[in-house]
Amino acid sequence: MELRGTGDLAVVIERATGSVQILDTSSRTSIGQVKGLGDLSHASIVYSRDARYAYVFGRDGGLTKIDILEQKIVKRVIQSGNSIGGAISQDGRLLAVSNYTPGGVKVFNSSTLELIADIPAVGNNGLRSKVVGLVDAPGQQFVFSLYDAGEIWIVDFSDGKPEIRKFTDIGLLPYDGLISGNGRFYIAGLFGEDGLALLDLWNIQDGVKRILSDYGKGQRKMPVYKMPHLEGWAITDNYAFLPAVGRNTVLVVDRNTWKEVKQIPVHGQPIFVMSRPDGRQVWVNYAFPNNDTVEVIDTLTLEKMKTLKPGKAVLHMEFTPRGEHVWISARDNNWIKVFDTDTFEVLTTLPAKKPSGIFMSSRAHQTGL
Amino acid sequence: MLPMRKLKIIIMQLKRICRRDFLFALIFVCGTSAVTAEITEARQAELLNLLRQDCGSCHGMTLKGGLGPALTPDALATKSGEMLVQTIIGGRPGTPMPPWAPFLSQEEAWWLVNILKEGTGVVAQP
Repeated sequence: MELRGTGDLAVVIERATGSVQILDTSSRTSIGQVKGLGDLSHASIVYSRDARYAYVFGRDGGLTKIDILEQKIVKRVIQSGNSIGGAISQDGRLLAVSNYTPGGVKVFNSSTLELIADIPAVGNNGLRSKVVGLVDAPGQQFVFSLYDAGEIWIVDFSDGKPEIRKFTDIGLLPYDGLISGNGRFYIAGLFGEDGLALLDLWNIQDGVKRILSDYGKGQRKMPVYKMPHLEGWAITDNYAFLPAVGRNTVLVVDRNTWKEVKQIPVHGQPIFVMSRPDGRQVWVNYAFPNNDTVEVIDTLTLEKMKTLKPGKAVLHMEFTPRGEHVWISARDNNWIKVFDTDTFEVLTTLPAKKPSGIFMSSRAHQTGL
Repeated sequence: MLPMRKLKIIIMQLKRICRRDFLFALIFVCGTSAVTAEITEARQAELLNLLRQDCGSCHGMTLKGGLGPALTPDALATKSGEMLVQTIIGGRPGTPMPPWAPFLSQEEAWWLVNILKEGTGVVAQP
């Protein structure tokens, strides 16, 4: 094998065939495919801190470690019946996986995939809960939400053993969570009621606060055809841009006061609302049946500046680390399109089978990704 | 003796009844709705894609469950077709299950329910 770095590589999930493609984002080509990853209908990836290994979390509870240079599976375990995502610890040694069935979090040694801790998510109500919104946080911590129980838990591994801190009654049906890029704020979206649950990890004695609790009152909600994702929430210098649940709206919130600044009407129910790495633009994709469209918001004027039609069933967008390009997957066209983020020109179209998430190796060095 | 013309009409009626009974038998045996024939092949492909991809985003592409419950034949065995059709068409208030009425007819929902109960809607994972 010719010597090369991994810093410009990416992995894209091919959800229908249980495979991934390895992409070179400099030459903008596919350089290989790895098969045999099981049910990837809702899959995500984190990277080892040397950015050589990609850990794929599959819907069927499969956890697979892939060597993206050698393009092969290093190790694969089925760790639960049904999982939703994972995270890697600050020091890169621990992998945490959040599971629906049985509900809980399992923590593995990232080099061997040996089980280190099994944390059943039994809420205050005594019932086992699905776990969503699992992220890593500074200080060898993992933070996640209990969907059925309405709780947020912090698991701290700084002493080697898991120490759990629980926050109960945080709101009804938290469906996803995110952590701000600096690792300070954990925010859970609530499906069962209006508003969001905010935990300030720099001031955890203050507990979980409700923000934007007035949002949506008095208006009839539309049915939600796909749950929005919070990961990759756009947080720029002054604002956070959030997908409104069940509305064709992007919310702009002052990131100091967490008060709403503006509602931007958009093409559909937003799924991903993602900031270009420099924060100058926010890109938005939409739920069925408006999922053929991507819109770009100017973060100075807070107005839409561009509408793009990348293909049928746009599932994900991933920026190159410095933001000059964005890679967009269109599931039902079986392609990935690469856009220039200044000219909005299509630079490349690559074939992929039912592509969903695109994960660049630069995630290896970002908290919460 | 019946005139030839009348005989022909009776035979035609008999044939129609037979065909209807045959269709009823099909419904009974296969659990397939008579309206299947009216859903074009192209539309069936669309419905299957919707089932796997869009229903699959909550129920899992292999329909073994996710944020939403499993939709495997075992999981649905005790649920009536009417209830399932109603859930698809009207959604389930208080849960994330939305009403699919804007995108599906009653007949198409029945078609999907039959597919689900038979377990023929999902391709095996490679």
